[in-house]
This record gives sequence, C-alpha cells and structure tokens, in this order.
Amino acid sequence: MSIAIEEKEPVAFTSKDLVTDQDIRWCPGCGDYSILKQVQTVLPEMGLKKEEIVFISGIGCSSRFPYYMETYGMHSIHGRATAVASGLKATRPELSVWVITGDGDSMSIGGNHFIHMLRRNFNLNVLLFNNEIYGLTKGQYSPTSELGKVTKSTPMGSIDHPFNPLALVLGAEGTFVSRTMDRDPIHMRTILKRANEHQGTSLVEIYQNCNVFNDGAFEIFTEKSSKAQQTLMVENGQPLIFGATKEKGIVLDGFHPRVVNLENVSTNDLWIHDERDRVKAGILTRFFDDGSSVEHYPRPFGVFYVEDRFTYETAFQAQIQHAIETKGKGNLDALLKGNSTWEVKA
Amino acid sequence: MDNNQLLAVDATILFAGDSGDGIQLTGSQFTTTTALYGNDVSTFPNFPAEIRAPQGTLAGVSGFQLKFGSEEIYTPGDQSDYLVVMNAAALKANLKQLKAGGTIIANSEGFDPKNLRLAKYPEGINPLEDGSLDGYKLFKIDVTKLTKATLEGSGLGTKEIDRTKNMFVLGFIYWIFNRPLDTTIKFIEQQFAKRPEIVEANIKTLKAGFHYGDTTETLMQRVQVRPAQIAPGVYRNINGNPATAIGLVAAAEKAGLKLYLGSYPITPASDILHELSKYKNFGVQTFQAEDEIAAICSAIGASFGGSLAVTTSSGPGIALKTEAIGLAIMLELPLVIINVQRGGPSTGLPTKTEQADLLQAVYGRNGEAPLPVIAAQTPSDCFAAVYEACRIAVEHSTPVFFLSDGYLANGAEPWRFPSSSDLPAITPNFAKPLPEGEKFLPYLRDEKLARKWAIPGIKGLEHRIGGLEKEHETGNISYDPDNHEFMVKLRAEKIQKIADTIPLQTIDNGPSKGKLLVVGWGSTYGSIKTAVKMALAEGYEVAHAHIRYLQPFPKNLGEVLKNYEQILVPEMNNGQLVRMLRDQFLAPAEGFNKIKGMPFSSEELFQKIKLMSQL
Ligand SMILES: Cc1ncc(C[n+]2csc(CCOP(=O)(O)OP(=O)(O)O)c2C)c(N)n1
Ligand code: SF4
Ligand SMILES: [Mg+2]
Repeated sequence: MSIAIEEKEPVAFTSKDLVTDQDIRWCPGCGDYSILKQVQTVLPEMGLKKEEIVFISGIGCSSRFPYYMETYGMHSIHGRATAVASGLKATRPELSVWVITGDGDSMSIGGNHFIHMLRRNFNLNVLLFNNEIYGLTKGQYSPTSELGKVTKSTPMGSIDHPFNPLALVLGAEGTFVSRTMDRDPIHMRTILKRANEHQGTSLVEIYQNCNVFNDGAFEIFTEKSSKAQQTLMVENGQPLIFGATKEKGIVLDGFHPRVVNLENVSTNDLWIHDERDRVKAGILTRFFDDGSSVEHYPRPFGVFYVEDRFTYETAFQAQIQHAIETKGKGNLDALLKGNSTWEVKA
Repeated sequence: MDNNQLLAVDATILFAGDSGDGIQLTGSQFTTTTALYGNDVSTFPNFPAEIRAPQGTLAGVSGFQLKFGSEEIYTPGDQSDYLVVMNAAALKANLKQLKAGGTIIANSEGFDPKNLRLAKYPEGINPLEDGSLDGYKLFKIDVTKLTKATLEGSGLGTKEIDRTKNMFVLGFIYWIFNRPLDTTIKFIEQQFAKRPEIVEANIKTLKAGFHYGDTTETLMQRVQVRPAQIAPGVYRNINGNPATAIGLVAAAEKAGLKLYLGSYPITPASDILHELSKYKNFGVQTFQAEDEIAAICSAIGASFGGSLAVTTSSGPGIALKTEAIGLAIMLELPLVIINVQRGGPSTGLPTKTEQADLLQAVYGRNGEAPLPVIAAQTPSDCFAAVYEACRIAVEHSTPVFFLSDGYLANGAEPWRFPSSSDLPAITPNFAKPLPEGEKFLPYLRDEKLARKWAIPGIKGLEHRIGGLEKEHETGNISYDPDNHEFMVKLRAEKIQKIADTIPLQTIDNGPSKGKLLVVGWGSTYGSIKTAVKMALAEGYEVAHAHIRYLQPFPKNLGEVLKNYEQILVPEMNNGQLVRMLRDQFLAPAEGFNKIKGMPFSSEELFQKIKLMSQL
C-alpha cells in the first residue's frame, strides 16, 4: 500500500448510511430485498470501518447487490466474483470483502473459481443467493434446479442431476458451511454475523425466492404451515429437534440418521450438533431430498461446519515478509545488475 | 595465442543433441564466456515440445544457436558456421541450418547402428562414412570414449561419466575460439557444490576437451573473434522473459506500488511467473491461479485494491482472458496483460515463435474496446517495453497489452542495464480524499481523459464500478443511447490521446525518404536490422522503421510512411500489421510473411529487399 490510511477508531455508521441513491431494480416481492435489508442491518454492528468494506459480485439479479450498498463495490463478470475477490483479499487482507453470487454464477459458469476459493480459504464472506433458477436471463434451469424442472430451456423437464451446494462446499474444503433463508430475517442476521466472525471463507447459502421465475421453490421451508415440520434449525451443542411442538428429533444410528418421535426417545439420545465434526456435517448436508436417500429429512438451516485453518492471504503475505526478513529488502539496482557483468571500456 | 589463427568478424555455432545431452547448458555457458570476453552475442534455443521425447529420435533433438562477433550482432544468425552434433538425429534435424562448406563436429559414438536407426537413416547408411557430407568440413570425435578415458578411475558410474560429455565438447569449442575456461569452472563449482566428485569430473572433462585441440593433430582451424566495439558501459546477459520480469519489478518500485501477478502456467510465458516468484523480497505478490480467467480476474481485484497488477500468458490463455480484458476496459483500472506469443491457432506450436496475436490484441474483444498495445523488439528490450506498458497503464488508468514472443522470451543478448535512478518516473493517478460532504465522481476525468484510481480504505471515496455501461462522470449504470455513444467515443479518445505522450516514430536505419521502407514490429527487429544493413552496404535505397507502439500508433507514422514509394512489412504471421497500416493510412504496404514457427533469416529478407528494389 502506498497511500497512508490513518488508523482511527471505526466511525459508527448506520444502516441508512449504507443505502445508495440508485433505484433498486429487483422485481417487487423478490427475496433479494430481504437479503439487502438484513445485510444493511447487521453490517453496522460488526465493528467495521465503512470504507474498508467491499462488495464484489458476478452477474445475475443477485449480483446487482453492490450498486445498492454505499461501500466500495464491483459488479464484475459472470462467475468471476470469487476470483476478483481472491486477488483483492490476497493483496489487501485488512479489507472486509463480501462476495455476492447466484446459484448459476457460483456453481455453473464460476464453478472452478468457487471451489478453488474454498480450498484456499481466503477470509471472505460469500453470500450465495440460491433461487434454483437463472433469474436475470429470465428463467432457465440452474445447476441447483431439481430434476424434472420444466423451464424455457427444459420443456420436457431437466435431466441434470442437481448440485447439493453445501455438500459441494464441504467437498471443496470449505471451512464455514451454513444455510439460511430470505424469509427468516433473524436467522439470517445471526448467520451473517457468524460468517463475518469466522476467519476463512464463510459460505452462506441463502434460499432466495424468485417470485417471477421460480416462485415457491422453498415454500415448504418458509411457509408457516410447513416450516416447523420441514426445517431443522441446527445450533452448536444442541440436540437436533424439530416439529411444531418440538416433538421430533434426529438420532444417529451409526452413520445413519433417523427421525424419531420424542415420545419414545429421550433428548439425551439425540444427535447433538457439533459444528466441528466434519463427518457429521457431511451427513447433515445429505438431508437433501435429491433421491439419494429413501428417507425424508427436514432441511437443516444454521451453521453446519466450522474449521480453523490458516487463511490464504495470511500465508501469502507472510511468505513475502519472510523473504524480506531473510534475504533483506530487495535492491532494484542489484536486480538489474544480475549475477555476472562485464565492462566495456571506452 | 598461436599465430595461425584465422581472424573472423563473427561466428555462428549451433549445438544440437538429445534433450538429455545438456545442449542448453553448453550453449549458455559459451554465451556467457564469450560475452564476458567482450563479444556482442545473440542466442536462440530451440527445444523439443515434449519434455522427455524418446532418446535418440528426431523429436528429441534440442538445439541452441548463437552468433557472436566483433561487430554488433542483432540476431542469433541465419545459418551456422559450426554444427556440433551429439548424435545422428541432431545431424539430420539440423544439417539444413549449416552453411555450405561449414564445419560439423560430430560425436561419432552417437552414430552407432542404434542411433542411426532412431534417426531414421536407411539401413546400413552412416552419413559420417558415406561421403554425403563431403561439402562440409567434418570432424568426428569419439566424445563418449574420450570422456570415459578422462574419467577412468574417478569412481563415477557410466551414467554419470556420460553426463559430462557435453563438457568435453564445450572445452573443444573453447579451444577453437581460444576462450578462457574460468567462467564455466566457476559455474560448475556453484552448480554441483554439494557433490565435489561431480565438480571434479566436469572440470576434468572440460579441460580434456580443451587440451584435445592442442594435443591431437586435428586439422581444425582455430579462429579469432575479437571483442566488439560496442557502447562502453557495464553489461550483463539477459533473456526476454527475465527482462520482462525485472521490468515489472522496476516499474512497481518506481511507481511506489506493490506488484501483483496473477498467472496460469503456459509455454512460453511460464518463466515470467517463475522469475517473479523469486522476488518476494521485493514485495512481489505472485498468484498461480486455477486458470487464466481467474488469473486475470484476480489481477483486476488486486488492481482495484491498488497494486500494479499484471497477468501473463500465451495465445490460448489470452483467448480465455478476453472477457475480463473487456471488464478492465470498462473499469478503467491499470492492468498489464502480457502475451508471450507462440504458434497458433488453438494449442498450435507451443514451443515455436509467431507474431499472429497482434490483431487479437488490438481488436479481439466484444464491443468497441480499444486498449494500448506495445511490443518488445529484442530480448533485453522486453525490459524497457514492459516498463513503458506499466507507465501507460498506471498513468492513463487502462489495461495495456504487452506483446513478446517465444523467440524473445528464450533468446538472449548482452544488455547495458540501466541504473534505477535513470528510469523514468511513474506517477499513479490516485484519488485523494475529498472535503467532507463532497460527492466522489468515479468517472470524472483528467486532461489525459484518465479517471482517478480510488482504492478501498479511503473514507468518502466509496463507489461502485462494473461492466455495465457507465454514465459519464457519475459512473452510475446508464442505458441512455446518447450516453453510450458518447462513452464509446470517449474511451476511444482516451486511448488515442496516449499518442501525445509517446515518442514519434523514428527511422532506425537508412534514408528518411526514398524508394523502400521496411516496417516491422516485435521480434523481427534483429533480422530486419541486419538485412537492411546488408542492403545499404550494397547501395540499395532502403530504410527500416520498427513500430513499438501498435495502438495508438505514433502520431507521425502516417507521414513517415508517405516518404517512401514502397513499404514492405515482414511479419511472422499471415499479414496483420500490414492490414492495420493499409487500414489506417491507406498506405501501399506489402506483406512478406513467414509462418513456420521460426524467425526470418536476414538472408531471406535481404533477398526480398533486393527483389523489391529492382521493381
Ligand atoms: C459470459 C456470460 N454468459 C452468460 C451471461 C448471461 N447471464 C447473465 S446472469 C445469468 C444467470 C444468472 O443466474 P444466477 O447466477 O443464478 O443469478 P440470479 O439471476 O438467479 O440471481 C446468465 C446466464 C453473461 N452475463 N455472461
Ligand atoms: S427475476 Fe427473480 S431473482 Fe430476479 S429480481 Fe425478479 S424475482 Fe428476483
Ligand atoms: Mg439464480
């Protein structure tokens, strides 16, 4: 860095300070509004300096997000936000960098950068707006659309087996694996805060309703009538319990999860959620009716998995520091001169 | 020094052998030694595409050509005076590169039935024995046997002994030109510092090769090539890729910026990544990305963050970066995109050179997306040219294309390197914090039409940029038709305005008006320079101009072209610059094209100049 930035106490800012003068172009009723609202609500509570916050997005409805945040931001190209953010974070570790991406942006065109960002573990907060559809291009199926999905490009139904995003994230060595939804603001805010606290790539999958091209995709998880039966809110150290009257739970039978009725089973025997247990996190990501299991499980929300691993940018800058300490700060004239020279006399 | 040495102005040697024979090392050792002695020198390695092609086969032949002299040398030579071959395949692959009457030094053991078969000579035919080389001076040396005899009792195994045989050859060549052994001895000592027995064996073999010349009754003529009258100063030897790497480090340091390289390995560009990765103590940040798209996108992120960001690649990788280059043009952020060109299209000829990506650099994007394009002319010129690319990127807030090629990347020449204080200043166009309450306009422009570089971390400069069309000054998204047309023209004008800051086109050699102007760009510099020199010496009215700034062109280029009746544009492609010259200046330019993955020889250019001059 060549510009000296004064070290000051973070100047408090409010949600209002994060609103830009740009008209929001999302369709009325789109789940993206809620996500924008929650982000603007929690950011001021994170102890960050506003000028050190950067939002980087790809392309998609969701990726318009940076235009609505009065912070530094870049609306990049389709699928590449993760790569742009990687370069920014590697070189400016002190910044708070947020990646905004869609299901197509991150897992279709940007699949490669997505997995490599995860394994490298940059300290980024990644908000994956999953609406199981291509919104911006007006409704083609996406890598997360369910099998048989009828869209403009799949009139006879999709024959693509969908991605299970969190299983992918875990498989790609992600160190913070979580899920929330647009219709549960309180839950989303909690997860966003947790994501920000984590040192490493914090992946937050957000179920986001596209009310124009895929309305109701997550209805059973968000609607009052079904939410309690179909969702499982996981919390570290707590037993896995769900149901309208908290009447159901999950036990682990070896590696096999089973839904039980708490009339017959004591809560002491239930699966206790442990965010640090990678194997169990893997099982949790499989609570995902994609045909891989005959049993039906409620869909988990919350933080599935957390791992402490060094961040890429720390190691990246540490090597440079180490080189300077061991070899001494590079001398340009010595570099120009090289190892062997000769003189031609006049 | 004995007095029956022949005096020569220059000499060209081509070392060739199996890729395991240490040919590259032999060639570069001779280069260093003769450069230290005071010759001007130019080199070009020619290695096989396969890493470990089968031993003894034509596909496995590795070559290293160098020309050195007591006059200025601009190319590694057309055909060679000396062809040193370690086996039959090396002879077969390179004989056409030897001048009529030239000297062949052959390792006779490499012509046993097995090697002859691998080199696909007909059964029972050995070119060393059948008189087919009568038009050359042939020296057969059983290098393998002599090396074995030298190292008898050294305790080394056959394989290790065999590996030193290139030192015997090198020693013999040193004897021919009477060059001191000390530089190579020092090199061997450093290279094998951990294995004294290997050091000893190599030195012994090197000396044996040298003494072989003295003690045997060889009819080999010794040759004296005196030191060159080159500009006084301190010199070093340098290849194009390291020169590029150093140029980037220098530019970053002079600009007060941190260098960032995002790259994905590809021949022949990888060495820039390797080289820069060694310079972490200069604060250099190198990132080997998962692909070329990530490489450039990470560089765009780094540039947004305030680093001097660079991405390096070659043809196929550049193709992948195309969309992101367009983004950088819209973002108007500094970025240097380096294309070390190779033969195309597609995977093409990875280890061969070509200049076929010029139009890709100038035009190859969706939309109206101009950017500056600069090309290096010689290996050492990569330094100055990439430095200039950085200056333009940083001062004009734009991505810049820097074109090198395989020939420059791997070729080497002596370089009178500058001192850091001689390098021109580079002044980043940073935005300063604004008075409280004032709104930052990210697309407000200065007199160069460049926008300010406002990096995250500065209070009050928060802003959003992106690939959607921008409203003038505010940078807000705009779909307004008039604004779009205005912005397209403004971005073009901004690039055009760079011509105000670059040098005018000069004539490198020859009259400033006349019959014929040879116009080149990039790595054809040396061949054209030599050919035009030859033509001028024979009284032809011909001049040479070499274009470094390919977009925008120097302001006077059109005028310069008008001063000649004919314009010849030699290119290692199917005619690219020639189209641009015709297009922009309606100039009567004629192409002369070679698309063989090999540089022009000065001779073929000279012949073409002669032909044109007689028209
Ligand atoms: C290189 C490229 N290919 C295709 C497109 C067209 N495109 C824009 S957004 C999009 C899909 C967006 O889907 P998603 O990432 O799920 O975002 P959403 O709109 O659903 O939020 C596509 C195919 C593009 N902008 N760039
Ligand atoms: S198309 Fe769907 S995702 Fe896009 S803005 Fe409209 S509702 Fe939201
Ligand atoms: Mg989507």
